[in-house]
Amino acid sequence: MTDLLQQLVNGLTLGSLYALIAVGYTVVYGIVQLINFAHGEVFMIGAFGALATWTLLFQGTTALWVLPIMILGAVVASVTVAVVMERIAYRPLRGAPRLAPLITAIGISVALQEAVRLFYPGAKSKIPFPQIDVVTGPALSFAGVTVQRAAVFTVGALLMSAALLWWFVNHTRTGHGMQAVSEDKDTARLMGVNVDRIIVIAFALGAFLAAIAGVAQGLLNANVDFRMGFLAGLKAFTAAVLGGIGNIQGAVVGGLVLGVAEALAVGFIPGQFGGSAWKDVWAFALLIIVLVFRPQGILGARVVDRA
Amino acid sequence: MRSHMKFAVPVVVAALALSACGTRGEEPGAGSTGGDGAKKTVKIGVIAPLSGDLSALGKGIQHSVELAVQQANAANAIPGWEIKVEAVDDEGKADVGKNGATKLAADDDVAGVVGNLNSSVSQQTQPVFAAANIVQVSPANTGPSLTRGADGNTRPYKTFFRTCTTDITQGAFAAKFLLDQGIKKVATIHDKKTYGQGLVQYFTEAFKAGGGEVVVAQTINPDESNYAPVVSKVAPAKPEAVYYGGEYPQAGPLSQQMKAAGLNVPLMGGDGIYDPTFIQLAGATSEGDFATSVGEPTDATEAGKKFLAEYEAAKFAEPSAAYGGYSYDAANAIIEGLKVALKDASDVKSARQAIVDAVGQVSFAGVTGQVAFDEFGDTKVKVISGYKVEGGKWTFVKSENLG
Repeated sequence: MTDLLQQLVNGLTLGSLYALIAVGYTVVYGIVQLINFAHGEVFMIGAFGALATWTLLFQGTTALWVLPIMILGAVVASVTVAVVMERIAYRPLRGAPRLAPLITAIGISVALQEAVRLFYPGAKSKIPFPQIDVVTGPALSFAGVTVQRAAVFTVGALLMSAALLWWFVNHTRTGHGMQAVSEDKDTARLMGVNVDRIIVIAFALGAFLAAIAGVAQGLLNANVDFRMGFLAGLKAFTAAVLGGIGNIQGAVVGGLVLGVAEALAVGFIPGQFGGSAWKDVWAFALLIIVLVFRPQGILGARVVDRA
Repeated sequence: MRSHMKFAVPVVVAALALSACGTRGEEPGAGSTGGDGAKKTVKIGVIAPLSGDLSALGKGIQHSVELAVQQANAANAIPGWEIKVEAVDDEGKADVGKNGATKLAADDDVAGVVGNLNSSVSQQTQPVFAAANIVQVSPANTGPSLTRGADGNTRPYKTFFRTCTTDITQGAFAAKFLLDQGIKKVATIHDKKTYGQGLVQYFTEAFKAGGGEVVVAQTINPDESNYAPVVSKVAPAKPEAVYYGGEYPQAGPLSQQMKAAGLNVPLMGGDGIYDPTFIQLAGATSEGDFATSVGEPTDATEAGKKFLAEYEAAKFAEPSAAYGGYSYDAANAIIEGLKVALKDASDVKSARQAIVDAVGQVSFAGVTGQVAFDEFGDTKVKVISGYKVEGGKWTFVKSENLG
């Protein structure tokens, strides 16, 4: 029983990370039907933004009050990169065939990775991430289940971000604009919605959540490296598809399900096919099974059906 | 489309012809500038991870070889020949290493190679160098099968030698090291690479033979950086220590995450984690972790101190790292071989067999002890040392000769 709870805690932690990143894929897809494969790199840039903020301003300090400023640094870095990326790489391709922006996204992904590897000092190998008081340190223990402090931060960050996002989409003018654009871009434009602005906001929102995920992963794993966005991006994309691409709640559910599935596979599949060696196989097997029986994902894709 | 093809074919043919001329034209210039007092060139290759996670170790290997070569040239060790270093990056990956080895093997001036760092990469480069009859001396490959084959008794490649000892001795030392401290229950984790898997296997054999118990055995995926699920799998078995087979880019975060998850027992590893970067990545909670490394600490012997001082004086950009002394000795073993084999040779390529034979016969006092090889190409010195993290640094605990 303790084992099960322990692996559930691990899974929810990992799943929260996936969910935070997956939201970025889904928001952008919902608005422009583009799979932004460079989103994993936006997450990586967020982690490096937080690290740079700490190195430049607070080197040596581990007090809790520096964390919000690190998160701010992460958000600024991620959002800037995402907005610039949208402006120079995706907007000129707005009317182009679907394949063009997709390939562009892969190109940007590689370019961003290499840029960080080359220009961030010491980024050729893993860099230790600062361990901030309170959110890292000795694990908490509840009835035999140990919970890393950074895990509490990660899950908390997901809950807060999801709540904020829900409020933003459903209760602000811009949020209503986003819903309108995702339903019917042309009509929305006729109704006076600034579609270009909405698209930029979608990219920025995704980057905001990815930045928080970047900080969370830095705290969890105590290190960052320039390749961290690749695998995380792939997993988050899987989560978004699992939950139903274009559907924000779906991305959150998909992320959590994927994380828990991986953790349970490590914990409970015995013998040769168990352990961490096979967990990705089980996670992707789950994706295939879900897509065979429910191609629209767990909560259903919100793709607008134009007759 | 058709007209393009018509153009393309002659252009390609012409380009090929030109490039063929080019390479043929270069050879006399580079290879045999004999006579007139000009020196002939002989190259010693270095193949190691010069970029990526393990570059700290790879750069140390490269510079240590450069130091040996600078000194040999200054002393005119091989009259009539100028030694040059040709460094190739293997990124610590088998496929990249194989390409790099092919590139070195295609160079007619290459007489010998120092490398690789990773046993899994050497597995791929061994046959390439063997086919070209180029002597390969590894300063860091501790995988036993490289010299003893899969059955432990057949030498697979006559061209392969190493200056460090193997994981059999390293695993055995580690098992004894833990048992001596009263630790009887351990968990093992490895990264599924040749090095890590082998190390854990030899450790497990020796640990069980010594009366210890391996309570749980797990693996990690080296491409990942979150090991929480594995740690949760290990923790309930209540091990008194965790033995990790692998390298510091994973071992550091693993140690950190183990302790953050409440598993407060020491992590122990082999020479792959014996690097300052391990402590950086593992953070403050790495205090009390253990590592073994081949040989005695470089600064414990007179020869080692001299090497470190000379390395310092040469002002290389990166430190000599864990394998500096072994790389220096490996380069000198090749240079010793060249002294014999190149004496009457007209060019490098035809002397390669003689070089391999001569390296097999060397015996000289090196930085890491007496450098000489047995019938498998293994070093005759089998010294292992144990280290502990204390005050944020690796500190020497003890060493033993298991030869």
